[in-house]
Amino acid sequence: MKDLANTVLSSAEIREQFPVLGISVNGRPLVYLDNGATSQKPKCVIDSLAKYYNEQNANIHRGVHTLSQEATSLFESTRSSLKRFLNAEHEHEIIFTSGTTQGINLVAHSFGKAFINKGDEVIISALEHHSNIVPWQMMCEDKGAVLRVIPMNNAGELDLSVLASMLSNKTKIIAITHVSNALGTINPVEEIIALAKQYKIPVLIDGAQAVQHQQVDVRKLDCDFYVFSAHKMFGPTGVGVLYGKEKWLNAMPPYMGGGDMIKTVTFEKTEYNELPHKFEAGTPNIADVIAFGESIRFMEEIGFDTIRIREEELLQYATQKLSEIDGLRIFGTAAKKTGVISFNIEGLHPYDVGTILDQLGIAVRTGHHCTQPIMDYYRIPGTVRASFAFYNTMEEVDVLSAGIKKAIKMLKR
Amino acid sequence: MFEDWDGKYEYLIDLGKDLPAISAEYKTDDYKIKGCQSQVWLHAELIGGRVRFTADSDAIITKGIIALLVRVFDDETPDAIAEADLQFINEIGLAQHLSPTRSNGLLSMIKQMKMYAIAFKVQNT
Repeated sequence: MKDLANTVLSSAEIREQFPVLGISVNGRPLVYLDNGATSQKPKCVIDSLAKYYNEQNANIHRGVHTLSQEATSLFESTRSSLKRFLNAEHEHEIIFTSGTTQGINLVAHSFGKAFINKGDEVIISALEHHSNIVPWQMMCEDKGAVLRVIPMNNAGELDLSVLASMLSNKTKIIAITHVSNALGTINPVEEIIALAKQYKIPVLIDGAQAVQHQQVDVRKLDCDFYVFSAHKMFGPTGVGVLYGKEKWLNAMPPYMGGGDMIKTVTFEKTEYNELPHKFEAGTPNIADVIAFGESIRFMEEIGFDTIRIREEELLQYATQKLSEIDGLRIFGTAAKKTGVISFNIEGLHPYDVGTILDQLGIAVRTGHHCTQPIMDYYRIPGTVRASFAFYNTMEEVDVLSAGIKKAIKMLKR
Repeated sequence: MFEDWDGKYEYLIDLGKDLPAISAEYKTDDYKIKGCQSQVWLHAELIGGRVRFTADSDAIITKGIIALLVRVFDDETPDAIAEADLQFINEIGLAQHLSPTRSNGLLSMIKQMKMYAIAFKVQNT
């Protein structure tokens, strides 16, 4: 790996790596502030995809031929990068999924099947994305278990004193988001895990909005499961990771049956394969997993120090600039936040504001952000959300601020 | 018809402002059109063989879009509405801004208006 620790990459040098950041939308230079939905991809990731299909394509884990063995080795090297990236104990604790949603569904299904019974409780929080609510609801309904929710305050922070009172020997698992996609709140997952450990309750962390912003060390966290998606961390779509502690993954039944996940099959009985293959039935998303390895390498080269400093500067500047706008209210004012600003303009619908911003080349998300319970808490239909990545610039914040003012002028005239 | 995008949107916003209010009894879930990011309510009744529409939305631009459609389809016969082709969207220069891939629910609105018209046609035969 190149030593970039002492090299400060200029904003322009970083942006050059992302071809799409140079395009125009509606006749204006693209200002991409929808990184919470998906991040843009650097050249190395895009090149890796083309190279795979041009020079390396073969099915993996079974061919005796050279091409298959090389593809297998490239695929498995991403697993090895992820073990290092997350500081996992074993490579086989890294399970490739199609994304965060599948990772949560896998755990809800397989953990639920093995360990959750009638009357048991599952705890989630008020800040969850629908993908960390619905799979648990489905499983609880199936099992006759109860879903309980840690409440949040007006700033969008969880009330941990309530969590302490919710825990009992009925609690079988806690599933909590590391960072709120709608509000940007960084949850105190360390404290939540410490509390859970007192009752020996396993904890799943939804890291979809965290892994691209901060170093995650699963052993230091001591979480039991950690799930995330490649496409929000500058990698391709359709790939995700489920990290699980070996002891749980071994104790859980498979999620899907098929090829690759078996040792022996007869019509009477199938013996399942070892980890990680037990949870990776069928031909995986080979090309995208290999390209994902490039995005991990890219992030390690940029370094989380650079990422954190840039994103903190952007959040601070944007919070200040947007707060100056008359009638603008920011939702989610937690003390610890990632680069997300969710806001509304008094008297205006977020859809209207987003539509005008789009005409100005500014990409933001509008709506409920798949977090309807949070919107219900604030009694709003949705928000406009600007979410930053380290490749965004202060100038783009200025364009956003001017765009919002233009939208207000047009919509309120 | 419009020189720039501001003009188009300002026209839509004005259309929305001029849209006659819908009766409060129709601003319920039963009259809501699904498939829009904002809420849209649409009511239709047949008076003297012609369909009369009223509508509302909680978003201004969406309200402008439904107002535009009301302007086109209101006071027409069920047959005319059911068979109307949608070329007018292209002709008034809004196509690019109102394409079906945008989540403004334009297509859902048109579909709902045509459904009303077809329902009235069936009632009459």
